[in-house]
Amino acid sequence: MIFKKKKAPTSLEASTSNSETESLSQSQIVRRRFLHHRGAMVAIFAISAIIILVFSALELKLFGLKYRGWWKYNITDMPDLAYKECPGGTIGCPTMSLRPTFLGGAGIRFGEHPFGQDDVGHDYFALVMRGAQRSLLVTVIIGLVGGAIGTVVGSIAGFYRGWIDAVLMRFTDFIITIPTLIIGSVIGYHFGNLGVTFLALYLGLFAWTGLSRLVRGEFLTLREREFVDAARVAGASNRRIIFKHILPNAVGVIIVSVTLLMSGAILLETALSYLGFGVVAPDVSLGVLISRYQEAFSTRPWLFWYPGIFIVAIALSINFIGDGLRDAFDPRQRRKITRKDRQQARVMQRKVAKDA
Amino acid sequence: MAVLVRDLHLNLPPPLRYFLWLKGILGGLVGNLDFGKARDGQLVSTSIASAIPVTLRLISMATFTAIILGITIGIVTALRQYSRFDYAMTFVSFLLFSLPIFWVAVLLKEFMAIQFNNFLREPTVAPPWLIGLSLFSGIFWSAVIGGTRKRVWVVFVAAASLNAALLTFLSLSKWFLNPGFGPITLLLIYIGVAFGVTQLSVGLNSRAALKSSLTMAVLGIIFYFPVQKIFMAENKALFFPFLVVVTIGLAVGVSFIFAKIDRGPTIRTTVISSVIMGILMIIDKLMHTWKPYMENDAINARPVPTIGQTNALLEPGNYWLSTLDIVMHLILPTIALTAISFAGYIRYSRGTLLEVLNQDYIRTARAKGLTERTVIMRHAFRNTLIPLTTIIVVDIAGIVGGAIITERVFGWKGMGTLFNDAINRFDLNLLMGVFFLTASLAVLANLVADLLYSALDPRIRVNTQ
Repeated sequence: MIFKKKKAPTSLEASTSNSETESLSQSQIVRRRFLHHRGAMVAIFAISAIIILVFSALELKLFGLKYRGWWKYNITDMPDLAYKECPGGTIGCPTMSLRPTFLGGAGIRFGEHPFGQDDVGHDYFALVMRGAQRSLLVTVIIGLVGGAIGTVVGSIAGFYRGWIDAVLMRFTDFIITIPTLIIGSVIGYHFGNLGVTFLALYLGLFAWTGLSRLVRGEFLTLREREFVDAARVAGASNRRIIFKHILPNAVGVIIVSVTLLMSGAILLETALSYLGFGVVAPDVSLGVLISRYQEAFSTRPWLFWYPGIFIVAIALSINFIGDGLRDAFDPRQRRKITRKDRQQARVMQRKVAKDA
Repeated sequence: MAVLVRDLHLNLPPPLRYFLWLKGILGGLVGNLDFGKARDGQLVSTSIASAIPVTLRLISMATFTAIILGITIGIVTALRQYSRFDYAMTFVSFLLFSLPIFWVAVLLKEFMAIQFNNFLREPTVAPPWLIGLSLFSGIFWSAVIGGTRKRVWVVFVAAASLNAALLTFLSLSKWFLNPGFGPITLLLIYIGVAFGVTQLSVGLNSRAALKSSLTMAVLGIIFYFPVQKIFMAENKALFFPFLVVVTIGLAVGVSFIFAKIDRGPTIRTTVISSVIMGILMIIDKLMHTWKPYMENDAINARPVPTIGQTNALLEPGNYWLSTLDIVMHLILPTIALTAISFAGYIRYSRGTLLEVLNQDYIRTARAKGLTERTVIMRHAFRNTLIPLTTIIVVDIAGIVGGAIITERVFGWKGMGTLFNDAINRFDLNLLMGVFFLTASLAVLANLVADLLYSALDPRIRVNTQ
């Protein structure tokens, strides 16, 4: 028995039924949509490149294992300040050049100090790498802590409702009323000297409010659905219903808002460091670097540009990934109407008009 | 030291001090609010009272621009969904989301202030800039207006050449040194405003609205010179309310003459366009103040400041000079704050409008044969505004807490600076005062937002049992 299942694409049915979602599981659809989101794919590539670059450049110590980075300087090294080749009598100018010789540049090269040097001669490339490491670390920790607390609080409140919901949500409202930057400054002032990990942990303790509201809303609607009733009739325990039936359906909301939480977190960390309440010396973060050298902008702009570009690149990538995830998880999302589709529709229209 | 101990009750244990503070706050219920004293001996309430107007001045303009611009662009992107303009705006809004505000502020100081002041020394637009700006405006307008390929090209060429001609004319006539509209240009702009507002508000088919708006435009020009006299009058506190009342009264009167039936929409349209015209006239007056402002010794021909709230060297007394001074000091922070915050409004209004456009009642409205303008402006746009209002209310409450970073970068002394000082000096009473104010405003705003939501949207019923 050989049936040709595939219909001719010109038939009316093909244009009305959503061929994209035929016989695919939910996760397959999500994955496929995400992989087709061009912005998100570029962002994934960019953020992976940044992570690899940033964490491989400098010396790392992890569980007693020591990794010697490929970059020749560390943040404590103080080589001599370069000034001979610098334009306009500045010191510590960047040696990186991206303009090839035939265009009148110095050729594509990195040189001794690609991003230049700071006031006392520290290699700025090493400092920026270290700062980006710190910023990424803070982002991930805040995302994880905030995501975990927000999910737990939101799902408990949404699933059990009643007085538990009331108590948890009033508590959430209480935290929401205090602006994040204000509470962050107070935390940074007290715990900034404990190191960047603690700072991020404490900040994460206050970053979950928006997420918990979203998760609660999702749980409130999901728990009224038929499949939850069916599971309950079949004798499933609350635990099983939460973990097996509701949570997998709410995972889209959670992932998307954790991504957005993370992109907010990197800006929060830079803002706090800028105010002097975040990462403290001798450690550096991108915000610290920018605030330290904002006055130098007119004379030595590279001290300002490079950390800023890294912040923007990281935050932008995370935002685009979040956007791609949201599009992928959104069931109402429709396929994009391309020019080809329009043409096809027009052809169909003409055909119908001719037949009539 | 002893005074400090006495004022701050440092001889008492902290929990007891908290109750003393609470007693002061609860005194607010009987009209005797007491925030206690700050470390420098000043009353916290005085510091806060002097900081709030500064913060409001800094942020209200930025919030207003951000809301208007954000909603407009959001709606255009929603109407042109999946077009190149939509993608470009999506990218721009994500980019703005990802910018740290102090980074933007430093860039603005360099390029909008220092370099712009340098440009004003020899105010001719250089050819590369001219070409670049014209191409940009051509691309922008053709993307916004859209349509068939032919129309896109026509719009592109028209916008680019208009822009180029305008810029060339402005540089040749040294307009940047002595800006201003003058009555004839103003009349043209007024007519444009009359047509634009009528089209958006009731559609050009409504002859009554168009006629009364155009009459107001002509009246505005006739009264141009008398109003200039009023602008120079002594009693500044009175003339603004007076002008506002006269303008609105005239607008209502004119629309009564032209509209015989169904007067509401006509009055609305005419009032909106005359208020815009009035604002334009004030802008014109400010532009005419530009030349004396530039020539003032305190300004020294570098009008865009990078820091501070007002120029201390400028002698007080001249109302328009000091107004222009305030405006110039507001420019950079306003651009920075607007750029950061309007991205959110773009995304939100776009998403909401798309959702509304998918509703059944929109299809019904189209099926009834209503024009696209009516469907968009009356059915879709109004429903988009419902969720937006609630967000705006909460945002406005949030800004009183102060743009901590913006204030620091631009050297303003508002709520943000107050808070920053409080933390750095470990000034508990001041800190608690700021906290208390922002938190109670946030609670209040949430309440107002909820009430507004149920008032605006009849589908939502407050449970009254």
